[in-house]
Amino acid sequence: MILIKKITPARCVAWLVLITMLVVTLFPLLFVAKTSFVPAGELYTTSTQLLPDNPTLSNYKKIFGLLSTEESIAAGGSGANINITTSMINSVIFTGIIVIVQTFNCALAAYAFARIPFYGSKLLFGAFVASMMIPSVVTLIPNFVLMRDLGLLNSMLGMVAPFFLMHGFAVFFLRQFFISLPKDIEEAAQLDGANSFMIFFKIALPLSWAPLMTVATLTTINMWNEFLWPFLIATDDSMKTLPVALQSFKSQTPQGQPDWGGLMAATVIATIPTIIMLFFFGRRIVESVQFTGGK
Amino acid sequence: MSFMSRKLKSSLFGYLFIFPALIGFLLFYAWPAGRAVGISFTDWNLLSEPYYVGLDNYVEMLEDDQFWNGLKLSAYYVLLNIPLQIMLGLFLAVAMDRLTKSLFVKAAILLPYLLSNVLVALVWLWMLDPILGIVNSLVAFFGLAPQAYLGDPDQALVSVAAINIWRHMGLCAMLFLAGLQTIPKYLYESASLEGVTEFQMFRKITLPLLRPVMVFVLVTSVTGSFQIFDTIAVTTAGGPLDSTRVIVYYIVQNAFSFYKMGYASAMSVTLCMIMLAYTLLQMHIMRASESDLN
Repeated sequence: MILIKKITPARCVAWLVLITMLVVTLFPLLFVAKTSFVPAGELYTTSTQLLPDNPTLSNYKKIFGLLSTEESIAAGGSGANINITTSMINSVIFTGIIVIVQTFNCALAAYAFARIPFYGSKLLFGAFVASMMIPSVVTLIPNFVLMRDLGLLNSMLGMVAPFFLMHGFAVFFLRQFFISLPKDIEEAAQLDGANSFMIFFKIALPLSWAPLMTVATLTTINMWNEFLWPFLIATDDSMKTLPVALQSFKSQTPQGQPDWGGLMAATVIATIPTIIMLFFFGRRIVESVQFTGGK
Repeated sequence: MSFMSRKLKSSLFGYLFIFPALIGFLLFYAWPAGRAVGISFTDWNLLSEPYYVGLDNYVEMLEDDQFWNGLKLSAYYVLLNIPLQIMLGLFLAVAMDRLTKSLFVKAAILLPYLLSNVLVALVWLWMLDPILGIVNSLVAFFGLAPQAYLGDPDQALVSVAAINIWRHMGLCAMLFLAGLQTIPKYLYESASLEGVTEFQMFRKITLPLLRPVMVFVLVTSVTGSFQIFDTIAVTTAGGPLDSTRVIVYYIVQNAFSFYKMGYASAMSVTLCMIMLAYTLLQMHIMRASESDLN
């Protein structure tokens, strides 16, 4: 049966809403992209144009350190540097370590809470879940002091420390999944003498690929964008992640005369990994985000 | 006896399984949360030894205009941010639910949320630049006077709210869309057979059945935006004239610019209490886990 959708006023309004929102969402990003190709002297004259008059790559050369300080200042830079390649690599390492280790640890813990009866399991699970409700600013100061006392300031270990061992939501989410798994295979394996570790690695883990990817995707989004903690720990340029490097590049530019071309080029470069991920894993990302609120 | 030993054995496995996560929980959540309370009773600049001052920090806090101003600004920010964000997200979700299942549209709508607060703040610093920004060009096109936005004490917080509405609208829409898709279509079909208008369907079917998602969005987005920090650190740094010095910004400033660890901790512990009270109240009021479907 072919369902012909009627053109009703409601549908017209809905289209109008949707198209307006899409324009509002995408236009600023396109405008930033345009600005990144505008030579410093033409920012004002081209401010209302959708395309630059004389497109240039000098802003990009500037942020990748391909121009000398003098050339950079001549091209509207402040002489301040952003090690965009270094900070991109730092962001990948920072996010990668946390996503892999945290997801694995949380899967282990979640499996125990779902399947292995142990003393204190209810209490500890409740405590893990409650940890989600503590505002991060509360633990910020003691955690910072701990990192300082351990000499972990400006180190990758210090940057990943509060995140990579455990996350309340991931444990909660994966436990729900393990509970929903049918028990029979695990019980059969148990009768055959398999211990909990064998059952977890051989049976439960291979079945939980989808929820693990959901958790990993959400953690990737959050950690790629994390700002305050790496900002406090990584004061050295060589350790900065992308958000931290962007912020310090911005704050180094003189008041009233920001290096817009350089900033916008850096913004574009920082956006590209997200767009690539969205291109390849769009469905997974959308569905993972939807999962958080659904159940 | 065999039961006891079995439970002991499985407890051993249980603790082996949760060991890494338990260390993380104790080291980076439980202990620091307790330590924050401890630090809040001291005077400590990170360099010398902490000095016990009892409740002095809390007394100072209650008399500190900046503290109250920070709480007020955060609350005001939530009021600016959340209703509009939820409304736009809901409109968008309803529109998408009827019109398209296109992954491209979903991905595009969600894109701003996937970018960091810092990046989004930079995008809008440029868009809202009083002289070069396109927003003032558009304003001029409609014959209105140019505005200072983030540079104007009366507009700065509103501008920050607008920036975050832009970033979170798509996230809200995706969450509501997931909720909408769990509502059985026959409810709408039978309603339309009985001549119920679209608007009534929205009010009587859609909204009530979206309640669980609504609770989730309200709890997480209210507590989240009450703790707004990143965008303000990048765009206004608390200014102009303290008009955006929200509570978390003030706490971080006290800790890491003024090195008043005790005072900052006292305020953060208080903030934690406020957030907990809000979450419990919200869950209670909205009867969180129940949907009218059951």
